[in-house]
Amino acid sequence: MTVDPQQIAVEGAAAFVAAESLAEIHELELQYLGQQSLLSGMKASFRDLEPQERKALGSQMNAARQQLELAAQDSRSKLESAARAAQLATERVDLTETLAKATVGHSHVITQTWERLEDVFCSMGFTVADGPEVETDWFNFEALNLPPAHPARSLWDTLYLDSSQLEGLGEEQLLLRTHTSPVQIRSMLRAVRDGSGPPIYVVCPGRVYRRDTADATHLPVFHQIEGLVIDRGITMGDLAGTIESFVKAYFGDEMTSRLRPSYFPFTEPSAEFDISAADGSWLEVGGCGMVHPNVLRAGGLDPQEWSGFAFGFGIDRLAKIRYGVEDLREFVTNDVRFLSQF
Amino acid sequence: MKVLLSWLREFAPITGTTPEIAIQLTDLGMELESIHQIGTSLGGIVVAQVLEIRPHPDADKICLVDVDLGDGEALQICCGATNMAVGDRVPLATIGTEMPSGMLIAPRKMRGQASNGMLCSGREMEIGDDHEGILILPPDLALGLPITEALDLREDVVFEFDALPNRPDTLSVMGVARDLAARQGVPFSLTEFSPPTAGESAAGESATGLSSVQILAPELCGRFVTRVISGVQLGQSPRWMAQRLIAAGMRPINNVVDVSNYVMLELGQPNHTYDLSKLPSGELRVRWATEGEQILTLDGVTRSLTAADGVIADGSDAAVGIAGVMGGASTEISETTTDVLLELAWWDPEAVAATSTRLNLHSEASLRFKRGVDPELAPLAGRRFAELLSAISPAQLHPDQNDVAGNLPQAARIRVRLNKVNGLLGTALSREQVQGLLDPIGFVTEPVQDSGDGEELLVQVPTWRPDSSIEVDVIEEVARHYGMARIPKTIPTSPHAGELTQRQLDRRCLRRALVGAGLTEAMPVPFLAPGDLERAGLAADGLLLANPLVAEESVLRTSLLPGLLKAVAYNASHRQNSVELYELGRVFRVGERVIADPGESAKLDRVLAGETEHVAVVLAAKEGGAAVELLQVLLASVNRWGLEPAPLAVELVAGELAGLHPGRAATVLLAGQEIGVVGEVHPDVLQAYGIEQRLAWLQLNLDVLLQIPSVVPQATLVSRFPSSDMDLAFVVDEQVTAESVRATILRSTPTAGSSGWVAARVELFDVFRSEQLGAGLKSLAFRLRFQALDRTLTDEEVTVVRLQVIDQIEQHHGGRLRD
Repeated sequence: MTVDPQQIAVEGAAAFVAAESLAEIHELELQYLGQQSLLSGMKASFRDLEPQERKALGSQMNAARQQLELAAQDSRSKLESAARAAQLATERVDLTETLAKATVGHSHVITQTWERLEDVFCSMGFTVADGPEVETDWFNFEALNLPPAHPARSLWDTLYLDSSQLEGLGEEQLLLRTHTSPVQIRSMLRAVRDGSGPPIYVVCPGRVYRRDTADATHLPVFHQIEGLVIDRGITMGDLAGTIESFVKAYFGDEMTSRLRPSYFPFTEPSAEFDISAADGSWLEVGGCGMVHPNVLRAGGLDPQEWSGFAFGFGIDRLAKIRYGVEDLREFVTNDVRFLSQF
Repeated sequence: MKVLLSWLREFAPITGTTPEIAIQLTDLGMELESIHQIGTSLGGIVVAQVLEIRPHPDADKICLVDVDLGDGEALQICCGATNMAVGDRVPLATIGTEMPSGMLIAPRKMRGQASNGMLCSGREMEIGDDHEGILILPPDLALGLPITEALDLREDVVFEFDALPNRPDTLSVMGVARDLAARQGVPFSLTEFSPPTAGESAAGESATGLSSVQILAPELCGRFVTRVISGVQLGQSPRWMAQRLIAAGMRPINNVVDVSNYVMLELGQPNHTYDLSKLPSGELRVRWATEGEQILTLDGVTRSLTAADGVIADGSDAAVGIAGVMGGASTEISETTTDVLLELAWWDPEAVAATSTRLNLHSEASLRFKRGVDPELAPLAGRRFAELLSAISPAQLHPDQNDVAGNLPQAARIRVRLNKVNGLLGTALSREQVQGLLDPIGFVTEPVQDSGDGEELLVQVPTWRPDSSIEVDVIEEVARHYGMARIPKTIPTSPHAGELTQRQLDRRCLRRALVGAGLTEAMPVPFLAPGDLERAGLAADGLLLANPLVAEESVLRTSLLPGLLKAVAYNASHRQNSVELYELGRVFRVGERVIADPGESAKLDRVLAGETEHVAVVLAAKEGGAAVELLQVLLASVNRWGLEPAPLAVELVAGELAGLHPGRAATVLLAGQEIGVVGEVHPDVLQAYGIEQRLAWLQLNLDVLLQIPSVVPQATLVSRFPSSDMDLAFVVDEQVTAESVRATILRSTPTAGSSGWVAARVELFDVFRSEQLGAGLKSLAFRLRFQALDRTLTDEEVTVVRLQVIDQIEQHHGGRLRD
């Protein structure tokens, strides 16, 4: 027997290094490691050998086999990574080609403002209430301390429904609510009926209507949010503090607020609230005040036992300030070039 | 309301800088709209004399004027006015003057001619309203004299604010001064006006028969005072008075009218002057008008009255004025007037408001009457009128007077509890502090016996504050004068967890899903024009507004379709095609509501005017299928109804639906309830709205959808055994919907339970039509995946199910397995 396993290993390893394809490696594997290979053939000569020699040859053969297997693996992984590199090189694409095609949807900026307001007030312990946009005169005016001949009714240019189309109305007049304040009354009556309050801590965002020509600062259809707190011992200080903490949560910690006297039929005392602007001036945001005893009574509550405050402001106006919108009409034009900015 | 600082100081020694006063006024509820300095920008304007006037060689509307400033030199000015004559003294703004408007006077050339200054009108100097021409100055003024000296113009500040509806007292200089003096802690004082009287002394004044007054409608007129001023000579008012009126926003007319306006502005008492000689026997009566009664008012318009309007009539019962709104032309003051009858009345605010609204006639007088004039003011205002008029003309107050009473409201006396004051405001004021805040504004306080509820005050509300009638009204005064900004800010604690309701959360989920699907939210107004609904293929049954501002906004929408179509069309017209929009909003329907119970709590839950909330989607059509895909997204987003795997809760029932393509539309049912429609917009509708692209449409009624109770999804086991897939294609009639076939497959396959099978998934993966299949037929190919919880399914088990499915499809849909 003249074949030397070591020699086979050296020869074979060189062949594996030289291999140029996976198929060639496969061929070489058969040639050097397969059942027909020289190494495998050597096993046949074992029986002619002394145990001592057999052991020596066996370990030489194992070493050679290991060496060859390693060479095959090496060569294969070299070829594979070269092939992967070549494949990757051909697969190069410009990812930015598809960038502009992506469609991203947008919530209306009013909705975004609305939801943010809800979130801020929820974090302050308020729940959110809803009411109809078509209202009765009673909820929109009378229950809010605005009896039919009240001169302050002229503060709201009201859109009425042609009641001839509606059956069963009786004396009642339907209108498009001019403010979200009717939801105050609904919230009180509901709490009393369900026994769920007072205490009442509620905000009422919603769409409201005025008989108004649309211009840069007015819309006939816009949105308000109304807040109502009723409990024992609620003070005007509570109102000022609640407004302040809302202003800080919504506009930022550096902002502050102030109340100044105003007039609303449904609150007494009444105030407007302003926020501090960057230049030190004040920006009017909304109206507020302590709930008028007549309004508490309309809501089924005894003014001797309960007190409360209410506040309200325009969601559109807030969005206008926050997002730098110059003309309120942008909100209802539905131009996607505007809508998709937010 | 505009008030002058100098005028305020006639009532109280107001101190502080202009900005300080401005802050105080705002803090008292007089929110400043503007602050205007007057008389400060006239420094460069001097008296000049016109030497020569000649036409401009190249301009018709400009003349060349040579003026002398006192140095004998002729200075050429180009001037657009022509009302001056050679020798007139005129105001000249010299080079470098900054006019009140901010314009800087500089040397310039007008069509080649040099102009070395500007001749000024009264309006340009903001000292007069006359803009017809150059202000002609008195002839005796020294040339070169500063105009401020020549005309005795003083610097002043005009504060303009919006008077609150409940504060009629702030519609007068006196009222503003009283409030401001109280805030500043300076004394407010009212002079006893003492006009020179004709005939008897003031103490002996009595009716002398010159005039008489009768109130026939006491509910209309609470008080009617008349005075006679004799020896009147109509003429111009002095400059100081004219200037104040102008600064306050009124136009000087003549001395009588000017004094009338002056008194109204100063004291808040509107008043009216009659030429006494034009009133038969000096008689006046107050009554309601008769239906259709005519009167020619001072503005030259003949007005027709109703029985709800008040009038002042003369002795012959002819109307000579509309109560509280405007006087009549027949008794107007004129050049020949010598005796003036002055009317100072108190009119019922509601009556005046109603009349001025009905006639659309809003005067300074009606504004004050409808907010409530101080009923005690009339005698004082009468004396002030006479004093002023006699100061500027030879007039004298005649002893003749009437003071007739009708029904006057009583100023309230209110018990105010100190506990209530502090309890409502969150303050800790002492009784003395509260008194110190109320007394200076005329709310006269008096401590009363403690009734066991802490200290109390009895407060007499002043007659000039008719709005103040209950305890909280007085508390508002305390808050106002204490300073709302000084009230310590506290935060009440809500006992509730602040949270959104399920419906509010669902709404947000829907929006997120739609935005996630690439849609943008539109917010069209809910008003439609007549015809919009019909153009959208919908019934013309929208609710109508009784008083729309314009016809284009007179119908309430019954569907979100017209508004969104308009939005798509608008964008298309601005070259924004393929817009994908959604809207979440309310629609209104006729005839779906009846008020069954007039009780307030019953009113709470009823639906008014069929108002329901909808969500709608409009996007580029894929045979209507685009919207169906979104339907799945939407329903999954609210994650409530266990949409997968089976049984399916959603059903689409194909049908012809208003506004939609007759072959590509379906009603959407969820758990058997109709929740909306889906499909493609009808091409006729697209055409009517000028839209060129095909649109898919989905509209769901959220009032139905979101009322379906929510279910907390319960976890099911996920199998760890291998699954078997099987493809089955069925040939069915075109009428058979894919979804119904899918539902049948799902029903015919075993699910969890005794069989141990789970996750029977069925997907439609191919739809195929061909001539070979035959007309009116289609092939629907489904992939089914089976799996069991406890074992690997055998081929035999799956084959049984396969045969079962094929059999069921044949039975229910007449479908056969495609070879």
